[in-house]
Amino acid sequence: MTASTIKLSTTAEDHHLARMAAVALGLTVLENAIPSPLPGVKPGLANIITLIVLARFGWRAAVWVSLLRVVAGSLLFGNFLAPGFFLSLSGALCSLTVLALAMHLPHRLFGPVTHSVLASFAHITGQMTVVYLWLIPHSGIAYLIPIFATAALVFGTVNGLVAARFMDNDGKQVSGSQS
Amino acid sequence: MNSHEPPAAFLRDLRPGDWLTLLAGGLCIILLGNQVWNGGLADTAVIRSGGKIFSTVPLSRDQHIGVPGPLGTSIITIEKGKARISSDPSPRQYCVRQGWLERSGEIAICLPNEVSVELTGGQKKYDSLNY
Repeated sequence: MTASTIKLSTTAEDHHLARMAAVALGLTVLENAIPSPLPGVKPGLANIITLIVLARFGWRAAVWVSLLRVVAGSLLFGNFLAPGFFLSLSGALCSLTVLALAMHLPHRLFGPVTHSVLASFAHITGQMTVVYLWLIPHSGIAYLIPIFATAALVFGTVNGLVAARFMDNDGKQVSGSQS
Repeated sequence: MNSHEPPAAFLRDLRPGDWLTLLAGGLCIILLGNQVWNGGLADTAVIRSGGKIFSTVPLSRDQHIGVPGPLGTSIITIEKGKARISSDPSPRQYCVRQGWLERSGEIAICLPNEVSVELTGGQKKYDSLNY
């Protein structure tokens, strides 16, 4: 870099998105410490943040937080542009696409749990597509699909419930309220 | 919300459509599992005697087939899409005790009588089996 200082002007919204992405990143690091029975089966705790951001600040903000988390996470773990990075990216992009549609479901009937489950199914769909087209072009990986789908359903439900619980107090956040 | 909530309080976070989503997801998994894990069912039995193909029969028709070998006749039973060697003159009866075969690529061999049954069709679960 040259001697001149480059000053990026940031808005309060940028700071807020960065904070949310940082929380998501923290959850990603935490989750990596949890041993997994099968590579690829993990809870996806960071998606709790994506769900909350989606519900509170809209889809564009969710895209920012999600993609920032994927890129920064890969830098943190040292797999930027490695296969693992593209798996995360494809999963995140598929999830976000599905969330863009799912968020328009009637809110009275469909809550964060639905968003979460649909997004996690989209996540494994995207990942398995990349795995099949690029990494393991063999039909044998089809045997793993039911396992990944079960994990997606279970973890999607749990993440959705956690996100819903965090947002239970939305609208009644008066000072002095207990959580 | 206070901290003295009932244990099943999280159920309140599930809206009616959420239950629907969970149900649909569960059904999807069951269908996927059936599709993927039961896809290897065989539809044809290849019966060999002395290393040569004696006959190739579909598993759709229940029948008993007698196959002659050097020691005598082995009887192969086909029933409900499965096949087994139900009787064999070999001394140790390994192929009889192997029981029903139903997946593609499974094979029962009676070495002394030089008779074997191999299932084919569908997706092969094993590329080859060695004994």
